[in-house]
Amino acid sequence: MDFTFDDDHRMLQEQIREFAFREVAKGAAARDEEASMSEELLQQLRELGLFGIAIPDEFGGANMGTIASTMVVEEISKACAGTGVLLSAHTSLCVDPILRFGTAEQKKKYLPRMATGELIGCLSLTEPGSGSDAGAATCRAEIKGDQWHINGTKIFVTNGKEAGVMVLIAVTDPDEPKRRLSAFIVDKPVSGLRIGKLEKKLGIKCSSTAEFVFEDCVVPRDALLGERGRGMRVALTTLDGGRIGIAGQALGIAQACLYEAGKYAKTRVQFNQPIGKFQAIQNKIADISVGVEASRILTYRAAWLKDSGKEYGQAAAMAKLMASETASRAANHAVQVFGGYGYICDYPVERFLRDARITELYEGTSEIHRLVIARGLNA
Amino acid sequence: MFFGREDHGKMDFDLSEDLVALQDVARDFADEHIAPHARQWDREADIPREVVRKLAELGFLGVFTPTEYGGSGLGDLAGAVIMEEIARHCGATALMLDAHNALCSAHIIRAASEAQKAKYLTRLATGECLGAWALTEPGCGSDAAALTTTAKLDGNHWVLNGAKQWITNGHYAEIYVVMARTDPTKGAKGISAFIVERNTPGFERGPKEDKLGMRASDTVGLMFDNCRIPKENLCGRLGEGFVDAMKVLERGRITISALSVGLARGALEESLSYAKQRAAFGKPIFDHQSIQFMLADMAMEIDAGRLLTRKAAILSDAKEPSNIDASIAKLFTSEMATRACLNAIQIHGGNGYTKEVPVERYMRDAKLCEIGEGSSQIQRMIIARHYLES
Repeated sequence: MDFTFDDDHRMLQEQIREFAFREVAKGAAARDEEASMSEELLQQLRELGLFGIAIPDEFGGANMGTIASTMVVEEISKACAGTGVLLSAHTSLCVDPILRFGTAEQKKKYLPRMATGELIGCLSLTEPGSGSDAGAATCRAEIKGDQWHINGTKIFVTNGKEAGVMVLIAVTDPDEPKRRLSAFIVDKPVSGLRIGKLEKKLGIKCSSTAEFVFEDCVVPRDALLGERGRGMRVALTTLDGGRIGIAGQALGIAQACLYEAGKYAKTRVQFNQPIGKFQAIQNKIADISVGVEASRILTYRAAWLKDSGKEYGQAAAMAKLMASETASRAANHAVQVFGGYGYICDYPVERFLRDARITELYEGTSEIHRLVIARGLNA
Repeated sequence: MFFGREDHGKMDFDLSEDLVALQDVARDFADEHIAPHARQWDREADIPREVVRKLAELGFLGVFTPTEYGGSGLGDLAGAVIMEEIARHCGATALMLDAHNALCSAHIIRAASEAQKAKYLTRLATGECLGAWALTEPGCGSDAAALTTTAKLDGNHWVLNGAKQWITNGHYAEIYVVMARTDPTKGAKGISAFIVERNTPGFERGPKEDKLGMRASDTVGLMFDNCRIPKENLCGRLGEGFVDAMKVLERGRITISALSVGLARGALEESLSYAKQRAAFGKPIFDHQSIQFMLADMAMEIDAGRLLTRKAAILSDAKEPSNIDASIAKLFTSEMATRACLNAIQIHGGNGYTKEVPVERYMRDAKLCEIGEGSSQIQRMIIARHYLES
């Protein structure tokens, strides 16, 4: 038993931590204010190779696996959770299913450009009427001759604005309850796909959240990802992995809260002493610390299980549930430690609070994770 | 990763084969020799000495004791594995082992002279003698450095006067490590540790405390009235008893964490089997989300608690700083164990409120883990100060 990172991972961690502290943090408040991603920052992420961190070297990636990709999301999210999720969604929700279910040709076609970040990936799964109940999707893909014709609407697509490629889940076989859905790889832009509403959100505002409207969007027959009728499996497997990334994001936010709250508690003086000398403040710092450590250990256990080829669904659900609820609690504590200053936008903790909240919702709500964990207990 | 070790290995969250084998031994023993009797021991507030002998045969009374003194020579990770399996059925038996191994024997291993080790450790490891460790007093718990029991040198003897309180194993133990003040002017640095044998004149034990939980584990007060012990029974260096005691407690927290995890796991396992066979509204209560969510929280927190405990144990075994990790593990596991046990009662409904099922006992036992060996309040203070002062 050994919970330490190996040397490669440790070097990566130092490099990304430095980069996040120096480069990602400085524009985070502005990106949040303007609700937009910076092309310059994306270019820096590309140059660091962060889009290809988990892509095998034969496709031009760093081949460092889930532990590394999670660590990258964690470190970046300490500075900017919106940038963190951009990387997480790219790697876990688009690269991962292509790696796992794609044909050799599909991998060759997409992964090299995804590794460089020329193509940013996304997953089109959620619909207005189908969130947690992903199986209730209605977006339709019909085969006509050699082409799939796609009609319907997807919403809440993370990276929807920046993405150059998506994994799409659509209904191919409406009359086969267990094999209704199939997965596709769809280029973007593509004729018949309109980017609809870009959501205004509470948090992670620099991360784009788009509506995709498909109106007789035509893609070739070989756009199918995995077997026809196995789209639900692709979606669920992908989300299992995605949860590890979101756990990393939440872990990053929680640590940022700890760092800012700790820094403030050491310097803010009330009643003639730093507020960090008061037990009421110390207790909050301690509780955030404990939550961070519990989240970290569950998160990297899940990443390790995935990299080791072991079953990780249950562990990923635990990691995501613990880390997301910890992040929200930590951010709430951090705002409280800051008092009135925590409520104004001159300090980052109000952003952490808004950013943390999403981690309890996307890639499986806390409620879905509790169901997943409980069902695992019944196995 | 987590702790800046120099010798970075390859990440591996699985126990080694040796430890899995040890876990099997401990689990089988607890299933066979503890589970069927734990309720009775709780009711009668007593653990039969026969059980202590059997635990000794497995080497569980000398978990940390080097093999040259008849011990098992195991580390904190192995100790945590054993502790979880025992506590899963009986917190009191686990607490008895904790005080014996992680406090009394561990203090002697850490601080005692070769002669003292030779004299006492084998007797403790074989179960010939049960060990206890005495720090707390009627007037000081968390603020242990305020202790007032005195030890004064008189010729070739130390003369002890004062009282100790809430001493686990105190009723049955033969060997006691006792912290006493040797210099009234020096605060924490005026405290030293002594080994006191049971039948020393002037040393008396009070009645067993009547407690909420951990009932089968005996808890007594100790009275020292001009109790004369040989000069050579000073354990460790003069004036360093408090520092040694704190180091022992820091490591001991890993053991208490594992104990908490064991109790929580017992509560989860009982709840799971109950929820699957108990029906309501036409289906097993397991199929109701409200029940599932409680079970899910228990399972998640148990996994996190176990990993935090093992992380602290691995650090301690590697002789790396582990005190903050031990405090984090202790705080998290003890509070989650109480939560888990309360939810276990809730899942069991009215049945859970009776002594027909063990979860009410687990809940009573778990509460102690939030209080003993550094209360949750002390752990928060340690963790926050570390963070704010680093």
